[in-house]
Amino acid sequence: MLEFKLPSLGADMDEGKLLEWRVKPGEAVKRGQVVAVVDTSKAAVDVEIWQEGTIFEQLVAIGATVPVGTVLATLLEPGEDAETAARHAATPKPTPESPVQAVAVSAPPAPSPPPPGQRKAVSPAARARARELDIDVDAIDGTGPHGAITLDDVVRTSAQRVAAAVPADRATEMRKAIGAAMSRSKREIPHYYLAETIPMARAAAWLASANEQRPITARLLMGVLQLKAVAQALAQVPELNGFWRDNAFQAAEGVHIGVAIAMRRGGLIAPALHDVATKSLDQLMRELTDLVTRARAGSLRSSEMSDPTITVTNLGEQGTESVFGVIYPPQVALVGFGRMDTRPWIENGLPCAVPLVTASLAADHRASDGHSGARFLIELRERLQHPEEL
Amino acid sequence: MNDKDIQSRIIAIIQSIAPELEAGTLRADQSLRRQVDLDSMDWLNVLLAIHDQLHVEIPEADYGKLRTLNELVAYVELKLGAQA
Repeated sequence: MLEFKLPSLGADMDEGKLLEWRVKPGEAVKRGQVVAVVDTSKAAVDVEIWQEGTIFEQLVAIGATVPVGTVLATLLEPGEDAETAARHAATPKPTPESPVQAVAVSAPPAPSPPPPGQRKAVSPAARARARELDIDVDAIDGTGPHGAITLDDVVRTSAQRVAAAVPADRATEMRKAIGAAMSRSKREIPHYYLAETIPMARAAAWLASANEQRPITARLLMGVLQLKAVAQALAQVPELNGFWRDNAFQAAEGVHIGVAIAMRRGGLIAPALHDVATKSLDQLMRELTDLVTRARAGSLRSSEMSDPTITVTNLGEQGTESVFGVIYPPQVALVGFGRMDTRPWIENGLPCAVPLVTASLAADHRASDGHSGARFLIELRERLQHPEEL
Repeated sequence: MNDKDIQSRIIAIIQSIAPELEAGTLRADQSLRRQVDLDSMDWLNVLLAIHDQLHVEIPEADYGKLRTLNELVAYVELKLGAQA
């Protein structure tokens, strides 16, 4: 028997609220399949499973808020049969560290008394779950044999209540989550900061000429060139790409850049753009467009929330000249790009007007030193002088 | 399509990207992107929608001429006129 637990979807998440099951008991699941939707303080996230098997039992009802690590469901391993599993299930079920709580909901619908002399059949699992969720089984309609109330009926009733209760104040919750993660970062991470002015004339000319030959639907943004250059430069300075865990640095294998995306109603989210170093600019542009759209629509995947190995924040054309970021733990670095502007610059001993951008690095002094940080920014500057190689 | 129609189509497009925008508060003679807080991806999405819905393709080289809503409307009107 396998256990599917609520994953941590970022440093600012302690608990999550189950909004939806995307699978049913008896359904086979594959690695990477979305099996549930969980609400964090930042967004509703499609939670993927990384085990293969068959869903056996769902242990958490829709609407319940549970801590990270809680077993959400059990699965039969490939080859395991339901009967053996059922014997296991007869033993006490795994329980979360703290009791499962139903979310605050409006008063349950007034129970209609059952017709005299006729009690509805209720499966034991349904009765137990209904008690947990404070649902009156006599007040719901059963869809089982002879109108019996099944676990599904209880769960569905709970979901309807939650749906009515959900529009919580997302902006306030997000503010709190960002505050908690950034306080932790500033408390625990000894940040150091570096900045470098990067001439962008070559990158800008390359981009203008590339876009001139493209239909508008395939146009690239400068931000994509910057992301790719960051990923390439990190290959030279791997101590900036990874995690600080258990008092040690763990280098990450791929470069999964957390792209800081401002939400229009305030707050931000930085989901992963995966394997940036190995993808073409066209592919990155498509994936970035999709990621931004989904982040704003509240439809991100759990791997996108938990995988970033470094964060890039780009203030863009409406931003300021430079930005110094706060590292998102357990990552160890954050790269910031300010607004690109045409400013005075000296090239070959002569003053000229050149588009410039200030790139900054905030990095964790436990994992790297200013020397390697500087190597990174210089490498980044060089990569942006050769846009055709990005 | 006259300039009023074009203007309301373009405002509707901007609102699809920036739902919090109230049309009445937009100053047509001031920087559009600053007022509506459109980053480069939002701006590209506005232009993509103009391309899809009004069939006008705006080359990157012309971005500099399109600072305000008035300028954007006049530009689209001119291009539509040239197509007719």
